This record gives sequence, C-alpha cells and structure tokens, in this order.
Amino acid sequence: MRFIPHTAADIAQMLAALDVERLDDLVAHVPAALRAQAAIRLDRGLGEREVSAAMRALAQRNAPATELISFLGGGCYRHYIPAAVRAITARAEFATSYTPYQPEASQGTTQAIFEFQTLITQLTGLEVANASMYDGASAAAEAVLMARRILPKRHRVVVSRALWPDYRATIATYLSAQQDLEIVELPLDLATGSTSCEALGKLADQHLLCAVVGYPNAFGVIESLGHMTQVAHEAGALLIAVTAEPLAFGLLKSPGELGADIAVGEGQSFGIAPQFGGPGVGFMAARMAHVRSMPGRLVGETRDRQGRRAFCLTLAAREQHIRRERATSNICTNHSLNALAATVYLALMGRSGLRRMAARNVDLAHQAAAKLAAVGISPRFSGAFFNEFVARVPDPHRALERAIARGVLAGLTLERDYPELADGLLIAVTEVNEPQSLDLLAEALRA
Amino acid sequence: MGSMDMLSDRVPLIFEESRPGRTGAEVDQGEPSETRALELLGAELCRDTIAGFPELSEPQVLRHYLRLSRLNYAQALNFYPLGSCTMKYNPVVNDEIANLPGFAELHPAVPPAMAQGALELMARLEGALAEITGMDAVSLHPAAGAQGELTGLLIVRAWDRRRGGKRRKVIIPDTAHGTNPASCTLAGFEVVVARTGAHGYLEAAEIRRLLDDQTAALMVTNPNTLGIFEAEISAIAEALHQAGALLYLDGANLNALLGVAKPGAMGADIVHVNLHKTFSTPHGGGGPGAGPVAVTRELERFLPLPRLVRRADGLWDFDRERPDSIGRLRAYHGNFGMLVRAYAYILALGGEGLEQIGRLAILNANYVRHGLEKNFPVAKRAPSTHECVLTHDLEERAGVSTLDLAKRLLDYGFHPPTIYFPLVVPGALMIEPTETEARETLDVFIAAMNQIYREALEQPEMVKQAPHTTPVARVDEVTAARRPILRWTPSPDSTTKE
Ligand SMILES: Cc1ncc(COP(=O)(O)O)c(C=O)c1O
Repeated sequence: MRFIPHTAADIAQMLAALDVERLDDLVAHVPAALRAQAAIRLDRGLGEREVSAAMRALAQRNAPATELISFLGGGCYRHYIPAAVRAITARAEFATSYTPYQPEASQGTTQAIFEFQTLITQLTGLEVANASMYDGASAAAEAVLMARRILPKRHRVVVSRALWPDYRATIATYLSAQQDLEIVELPLDLATGSTSCEALGKLADQHLLCAVVGYPNAFGVIESLGHMTQVAHEAGALLIAVTAEPLAFGLLKSPGELGADIAVGEGQSFGIAPQFGGPGVGFMAARMAHVRSMPGRLVGETRDRQGRRAFCLTLAAREQHIRRERATSNICTNHSLNALAATVYLALMGRSGLRRMAARNVDLAHQAAAKLAAVGISPRFSGAFFNEFVARVPDPHRALERAIARGVLAGLTLERDYPELADGLLIAVTEVNEPQSLDLLAEALRA
Repeated sequence: MGSMDMLSDRVPLIFEESRPGRTGAEVDQGEPSETRALELLGAELCRDTIAGFPELSEPQVLRHYLRLSRLNYAQALNFYPLGSCTMKYNPVVNDEIANLPGFAELHPAVPPAMAQGALELMARLEGALAEITGMDAVSLHPAAGAQGELTGLLIVRAWDRRRGGKRRKVIIPDTAHGTNPASCTLAGFEVVVARTGAHGYLEAAEIRRLLDDQTAALMVTNPNTLGIFEAEISAIAEALHQAGALLYLDGANLNALLGVAKPGAMGADIVHVNLHKTFSTPHGGGGPGAGPVAVTRELERFLPLPRLVRRADGLWDFDRERPDSIGRLRAYHGNFGMLVRAYAYILALGGEGLEQIGRLAILNANYVRHGLEKNFPVAKRAPSTHECVLTHDLEERAGVSTLDLAKRLLDYGFHPPTIYFPLVVPGALMIEPTETEARETLDVFIAAMNQIYREALEQPEMVKQAPHTTPVARVDEVTAARRPILRWTPSPDSTTKE
C-alpha cells in the first residue's frame, strides 16, 4: 500500500523489539468475538490512476450542471476565485497542520487567523470576530445561544421568515433541546420582500431575547436593519444580523454601523468554491463587551520571551477543552483553511476592489432584472436588492425546465419553503455572469 | 534566522503592508458600476470604503501568505504525533480530485437529476462507512466530530421522547474529550461522570452503578483517550440496553479499530466518525473536516435532514419529509468537498488496505511506547492501541513541566504530542504516530524524547527556555488572555490610517 512505509523487515524488527511474534498479538487483548467480526467487505484497493479515473467518472456525471449558464444562489454564490487563493490554501504548510495549539510552530496559521478576525470586524463593523464557525446556518444558531448567555432571563427568539429556510431549520434544531426558549417567526411583507418591522414591534417586550434577520435576506432584499435594531434595543433585546452573501459588505452599511449586536454569516463567496454546498466558512462578530459569551476559537496578539510580536489562541476558558459541559459551545475543529481562503481573497480584493466587485454585482443583477422586465417578467418585490432577486414567473418549475433545455440554470423555485411565493423564481447574478448571458436568461425565461 | 529580509521570520500584518491605491483584484472592465450601484441602491444604504482594509498588489499578497506558510509546522513536513487527532498522510491526489470542476463547481441547488455523480458518491460513501463501522445507516450531514456528537445526542433525545421517556442524563467517562460533555449540554442532557477503572478502561460494574431510569445513554470513545481498548464494552452495551439506554460511541479513534473491531459489533447504537482523522482529509490548520454519524436501523428515522434516498425511477434524491428527523444542523448537504476526499481515500485502500491500518497504527504506537518507557512510563499498564499516554517525573526531579518538554521537542524538529490530556493523567503526553510514519522516523523521535529527558535533568533551565530555534520564542499566552488584543487597529502614525 503506497501510503504505508512498513516493509516486512520493518514489521519483523519492530515486533522483535516489542518481544511479540505477530501483529495479531498486539490486538490479542481485544475480545476475540469482536475481532472475529472485523472484516471490512469492500472492494480491493485501487492505484492512484484508477482512483483518479473512478472519481473523474463521478465528477463527469455532474459536469453538465457546472457547464450551463447559471443564476443559482440561495445561500451559495458563484464567484470568480483568483488563482492566488488556491495557490496559498494548497500549501501543505497550511493544509496539513492542525489547530495551532503550539503557537511557536504555528505563527503562519495564528497570524492568518488574526488577519481573518480583523477583516471580519472591518466588514461587519463590530469589534471582535472569532476564528470561524462551520457555516452560516450553524453560526446563526450559535449566535442565538450566545445571545441567551448575554441575556439569560429572556426566552423569546424571533426569526425573520425571510431568513434562509436552512438557517431557520438549523436554529430550530440547535434550540430544540433548550426547553425554555421559544421561537416566533416574523412575517414577510409581501410587497417589499422584507421582514415586517411592525410585527417585531408587537413582540418587543421584556421577554424578547433577540431578533434574527437576514441582511440581505433570503430574497436578496436589503432589510431596514437600522430600524429593526432600534425596535429590538428599545425592548432591551439584541439584534443578530445574518449574511449569506457577505460581498454585500463591500457596499452596504455594516451591521455594526446599523446597531446589530452580533453579525454572523457564510463566507463562501470569498474565494471558496460551491462544492455542492460545503465546506464554506461561518463567521461571527460581536461587541468586545460580549467576547466571553462567544463560541469558537480566538487568536490574540501577544509577545514572545524576547519581546517580539506573536499570536496565539486565547480566551480558551470559554471552550470545551477547558470548560467541558459549561463551555460556550461544543465546537472544536472549525473551518480554518476556508477562513484562510477568505483572508487571501479579501486581501487581494482590497479596499477598492471589494467595493467595485460589490458594485459590479449590484449593477449586473439590476441589468438582469431590467432585461426580464422587458420580456414581461417583473420583480416580485419592491425592496432594494443586492445581487439576488425574486422574479414573478408563472409556473416556475416549467419555466426552469424550459430554461435548462436552453442551456440556462435560471434560478431557484421557492414554493417548497414559501407556498405564498409559488410564482417566485430566485435569481442570483454575479460577476461570473457575462453581460451577454443576461439576454440569454431573459430569452430562456420568456414564456 | 539570517539578516536578508527574504529569510527573516518576521512577517508584518497584511494591514501594515498596505499602501493606499493598490489592489490585487481586477474587477471586470466595462462601464463604471460603482456610480450606478450607488444610484440603484441609494446612498443611504451604502457605506464608504472600509477604513484600514488592506491595499496590496497580487504578488505582495502571494508573498505575504507564502512567507506566513513557512512559519508553520505541518504533517507533510514532518512527524506530527498529536494524540487523538490522527495526523496521518493526506494523499495529495485527493485534493486534486476534490478540485475537479464536476465536484468543486457544483452548486448545491442544481436539480438532483443533474447531480447524480455527487449523490452517487455520497451514497457509496454512506455505504462504505456503514460497512466500516458495522452500523446500518449513515448521515454525512455534520460538519465535524463535535457536530456529529450533537447530532447523535439529539437522536438519543428524539428516540427517548418518541417512546414517551424524559430521560435527562448521559454518562461520560472521566477520560472523555471536552466536546463530549459540551455536546451533552447543547443537547439538553446532564453529564454524569464515570470513573475509569484501575486498568485504564471502564468497568461494567461502574456503569451499572451509575445507570438509573434517568440515563439516556453512555457516550464513550473506544479506544479511549488513554489509547486503551474498552475491554468491557460488550457487557457495558448489554447493561445499557437492559436499562433502556443507548450506547453512543465517539469514533474519533476509529483508526485503531480498522480490521480489529467494529462499533456495531460492540453494541453501539450511534457512532460518529471524523473524516479528517481516520479518513485522511487534511486538517487545514483546524478544519474543515466532517463528522458523519452512523446508527442502527431502529434510529435511522431520526437522522438529520435531508436524507439521501433512491427514488422509484432509480435516481438519487434528497428526502425532506421525515417527521421523526431531528432536523438539520447546517445549510445544504454536508461538507461535500471533504466527502470526496474521504471516498477517494477509501477507494485507494479498499477493504484489505483498511484492515491493515489498525494493526500498523497500533504497532507504531507500541513501538514508540516501548522506546520511551524507561523515561516516560505509560499512565496505565494496559496494552496501548493506536496511541499511548505517557507521564514523567521531571516536574519533581527538575521542575521541568510537560509544556517545557513539548517546547523543547520543537527544537528537534518535531511537533509535540497532545499534552495535558486526558485530564485524568497529570502532565500527560499523548502520542499518536499513525500508520503512515516509517520506523526510522519513530527512531529519531524516540531518540529526541530520551535526549530531552536527559537535558531536563542536566540543563533544566535550557529546557524551560525552549524553544530556541522556532520563528518566535516561547509565546506569552497568559498576557494574551489577560489583555486580549483580538484584531489589528491602525496605529496613529500608520500609513493606512484615514
Ligand atoms: C476523542 C475526540 N472526540 C471528539 C473530537 C471532536 O472532533 P472535532 O474536532 O472534529 O469536532 C475529538 C477531536 O478533536 C476527539 O479527539
């Protein structure tokens, strides 16, 4: 086996050193009844060429889906990934290390995480960000649990209906064992596509723990986050802003600037391929006053014995390996390498590039909406949107099929999660969509 | 290191290398979008450019991170015997495969009929993991081991509630990894701690003593974190089942079990496995990994959503209509990119190859144990499996701590073992060599450890000052926690300042 260095002579000599005869003797203490059932009935192993061929054959079966002109979004976005990102994340020095428990041997990872944390605070307008979460949905759920630690006497969690269905479902699962927490859904304003602020006002009392709102939301609509924050804060509650398309931070006011207390989301847009939905990278930012309630790892700046700047994991007294059942979370392995990808991506884009990229997305998405309007497909909502919007398409399932036949993956139907939007098609437009492809989209969806 | 800047170990922060006006990005040419975007959205929704955000050219960014990479220790560079983490070789072809456009660029919301290759891969991986663990059904949904634990414990809860129970306790041994008790709390259970027996494994008598009508499950790692096989696991499973409780097996140490014993045969009801350990997906400086969960037929209905199913027309699809499911714990369908690598690994090894792994991992750990035993006795006399947990007397003899030894090991070019874990062993050194390390590497490691032992007695101060050769000297972790600086902020004279 090519991954195993042991020659027969190695094994013989090692066994001799241990004063045992056979490899089996090393496991003789394992009950015989268990050993007797240990055979692994799988096909024989393959050489690298064969593995590669078998896997290519599987990949090939999906390839047509990746070759169509696509307008799919819905929490996972298609963006160009500069080659420099993969050139860095492919480095074995980053890819084959682990959690930087020994800072003296991990300054590459710890400094990169410190930079990631800083970039996330800059994007979100908050004061502290952690080293990463699994994804946007679990980060949103963990943010609610964090809010609960900050305001332990409150029990009502209001979640916008315009938050991605997967995120709402994840929050429900994470909260399912916390008996005293109650989840209330904030209804949609079907005209604007944003969350009803009025409904939040009605729920804003001394029981309200937090409001969880997408920014932009699941329909690409830019919520009145400032207004909602105000309503939540007047009741002494927290506002959690959730973002699955953080490219929007290149242009939109940050959650922190609008008063949000916790900002979480999915960073996949920053240099991470869709990969059929994972792994991306979850992020979480908050105010420094709440840092001890945060889940996840944190890297801090310090000095070495010679007074030189160095970075290390810190404030671990919140974490499972120290606090065990009283930890702020059970998270251990996070999504570090993808946090690195996001860091490199953001460093490349830079201050002006990120803004221009965000603007480019807004521009193209609005061009697409206009082209659709010109063929009689109007926007479903009146609210301002970033790079994703809902178009009103009669029988969107049929329309999608028709579009696929014309080489276009035109968007996502919403009916399964939003029966009230049975005529809605969610369309995401990014910089990878050439301007000419917008005409094809309109053509493909034209009745 | 040398004085040439190129060889300097100091790498400024990316923000400090920034100069106004630079960029590493080429946003598509065309009409200027920015003014139009501001018009479309309205200025009141928009921010200014982000103060302090980096501004560098592409080569500068590349150089910055390449230089940072050189400050890292990594498995691909040398032996990384971090116990409980299974730092084995990560086949490079698997990264190449995961980057194939048919996998990497596949959007998770494409119609299932267009993603049959991906779904087929997931189905085959589920099948392989079921066979390897000896369980009936597998979900690839969880993002990491700890999320697998939460999934498994929520299944325990759902199963108990479904039968009308209200059990609130989970037993966990004192050797357990910290994620186990933390996951229990998240899943709404109280933790009851079981004491590991004198021989280093749980005794069925201890479990029987703790079991009552409030016990929902026992959560145990096998081999446990002492690297010792839970010899009474079958009797324990029987006791649990008789008392109406389940056996949750933390499969973080599955590497030791390959070809040796299957969790299913032990009587486990739920197992999670860490693909980033046993199945060689790269650890990535702390993830991403994946933590699939395997269960018995009886518990399948509780597995997370969505479930992969084969439709009547033969196509794979996701089923979202499962009333008994605990629900979802993340967006979309799992860390697919990691699943691809793990499946490629399983294909490469095959059944026979996988069966060899347990014994060779165990051989390597025992070889290291043997070579170190004189100076670093094992915490428990029982046979070691894939890792050994050692102690030492240097604290009393020379005032040298386990942390000092770990730091000194860096000077010999080795990543230290896991230290101070499990908590039941004072000053523990937890060494997991894995099967992909050659004997001569182990010999050098053994020699280094023994040499350090002598140094600790002869020159304790030198050891306590270690490391001496790393890019930075001993890092002051106490100050880091006392006065947390968790992000860069522009200094008053910084060029990136507004
Ligand atoms: C015994 C044990 N259980 C659980 C875990 C948690 O797994 P993960 O880090 O993938 O969440 C680990 C590893 O970190 C472990 O060693």
